[in-house]
Amino acid sequence: MIDAILNAAPAWALTHAAPLLVMVPLFLAPMLALVPSGRIAWLIAVIATAVSFCFSLVLLGLVQTSPIGVVSYEIGRWPVPIGIEFRVDALNAMILLLVTVIGLLASVFSWPTVVAEIPKPKRALFYSAFLVCFAGLNGVAITGDAFNLFVFLEISSISTYVLVALGAGRDRRALPAAFNYLIMGTIGASFYIVGIGFLYAATGTLNMGDIASRLPELAGHRSVQAGFAFILVGLGLKAAMWPLHQWLPNAYSYSPSFVTMFLSATATKVALYALIRFLFTVFRPDFAFELSAFTGILMPLGIAAMLICSFQAVFQTDVRRILAYSSVAQVGYMILGVSLGTTEGLSAGLFHLLNHAMMKGALFMAVAGVVLTYQGTTIRDFAGLGRSAPWTMTAFAIAGLSLIGVPLTAGFQSKLQLGFALFDQGLWWAVGLLVFSSILAVIYIGRVLEAVFFQPPVNPRKTRKEAPVLLLVPLWILALANIYFGIAADVPFNLARDAAAAAFGVEAFR
Amino acid sequence: MMEFLLERANYWVVIVLMMIGLYITFASQNLIKRMVGLGLFQTTICLFYVTLGKVSGGTAPILFGPDAVEHHAAPHGPEAETTHAALDAAFAAGGEPAGRFAELANTYSNPLPHVLMLTAIVVGVATLSVGLALVVRIREAYGTIEGDEINEIDLETALAQHAEAEKAASEAAA
Repeated sequence: MIDAILNAAPAWALTHAAPLLVMVPLFLAPMLALVPSGRIAWLIAVIATAVSFCFSLVLLGLVQTSPIGVVSYEIGRWPVPIGIEFRVDALNAMILLLVTVIGLLASVFSWPTVVAEIPKPKRALFYSAFLVCFAGLNGVAITGDAFNLFVFLEISSISTYVLVALGAGRDRRALPAAFNYLIMGTIGASFYIVGIGFLYAATGTLNMGDIASRLPELAGHRSVQAGFAFILVGLGLKAAMWPLHQWLPNAYSYSPSFVTMFLSATATKVALYALIRFLFTVFRPDFAFELSAFTGILMPLGIAAMLICSFQAVFQTDVRRILAYSSVAQVGYMILGVSLGTTEGLSAGLFHLLNHAMMKGALFMAVAGVVLTYQGTTIRDFAGLGRSAPWTMTAFAIAGLSLIGVPLTAGFQSKLQLGFALFDQGLWWAVGLLVFSSILAVIYIGRVLEAVFFQPPVNPRKTRKEAPVLLLVPLWILALANIYFGIAADVPFNLARDAAAAAFGVEAFR
Repeated sequence: MMEFLLERANYWVVIVLMMIGLYITFASQNLIKRMVGLGLFQTTICLFYVTLGKVSGGTAPILFGPDAVEHHAAPHGPEAETTHAALDAAFAAGGEPAGRFAELANTYSNPLPHVLMLTAIVVGVATLSVGLALVVRIREAYGTIEGDEINEIDLETALAQHAEAEKAASEAAA
């Protein structure tokens, strides 16, 4: 399929795919703000994300066929260490594909929920903010310049605050949630930029590859270590690494349901990608201070996240909060995989990142369908929906089982790989904790499924049953992907393995 | 000791201001004050970067005298590229112009951190305006901008909703 796209694409698309991927949504966004009708804005947003998706496929094809596995683009033809570089290798290409696929599916399904939740004059502006956020996330994933990454991170974050706050039409608690997110997110980005300042002071360059090539001789340098600490905390905050996740449950529970779905599948993933890029490509896992950070900080935090947040999820009554806490727990799995510092661990972490985007995307889409038809997100509101909305709820159940890690689902495959990677390092107790955390997932997903399929409906008078087709199609694409990739896991697993290899290969990156 | 402190005077100021900003952001309940703390924190980062770019004894990074390169017809396209190539070749050869370039780094302060901070200031302004807009909306929705009062209102609303739901459930059962 990728060959066909490479053959079909015109020459200009092949040369300029990297900047166009970001530029198309970024330039369309301000135009959307001028469009009077929300429906036209929605169509343009769908087209923009579809175009970006095509470019990300082209980039993936180019990376896979390139002899060095890297596509490099010099912005404005400034030579590399001086100018800004867009640099795509197997790791970026995977993240770009993830963001654009989810972006496309999310924007397709968004229209009914936006009609229900966003006041009419604000709809075009809403899509404008969404496209800015989408472009920013792609920019973070594509850039090879450390400072440029900060700019794109803030582009996506600031528009995210706006999107979260728009949930105020349904629940005013969205406003304080967005404000807290703004405070935490800005502090995270500021920590990141302070860390970049330290690295710049030590190396005199901002290009990631250039920093990476100059760091080994400076590894004992105090300012490099301080920079590492600042970057770890800053990006950890953005990626909702426990205990820096306090902004996440509120932001996910009160934002418009479309925003929740899009953010849960992409925003923390992209921040985690940036963290992985710094941990493995810019800094090297063989630096002494990084190894101690892996075993002393990342691993305990990852394990704490998957235990404590799974435990907290068990006691929530709101389905969106259950899923939000579960998101933090799943980030814990990924951090645990990353913290092994091995190729197996990293590829298991990235594999889980892909699968988690699929299952959380499907779960939040199903919740959006329920919000649309029943206007409620507590477990009580979900009671008996298995009978009145079987299509929505079956997809929800499939994604929920995948989240638990039931065999023949995608979640099982990535947890299995994570278990193998842990066994390789002799960490059998961590495997035990992994299983225990999955049992907690059985409880919190089971509570919802029990209400959905085995309890009588609370309010049988409500007649509208199934979510609209526009919502069901992307939902079922994601739900079936959970099953398909649970049986034939080769495609995502190879993507993740190549990405892990690319993250390690400093030569391949530079 | 004194020398150690004074040599790093800028960095002490940066550390102190940054901690004050961070403390205000976390400790204050008033949302506007939290934005003020955040603004202080971000401004201090600019101070930090500008300090990094300063070369002791160096002047402002505006080329003057013999260093100023005359751009006669402002060459563009292939012509400009040959000029760049010539400069690069001179760097590589390490001859007379390269020596002059090495000296430039000591004559002028590093302009790059200033440019970076220009971007960071823009980002800071955008964050501040979005934050203040949110505060306005919070004031409209809650009638207060004190964090603890907002939490109390939220708690009361949640309790009221819970009680209502319980009541509805017991009615439905009866």
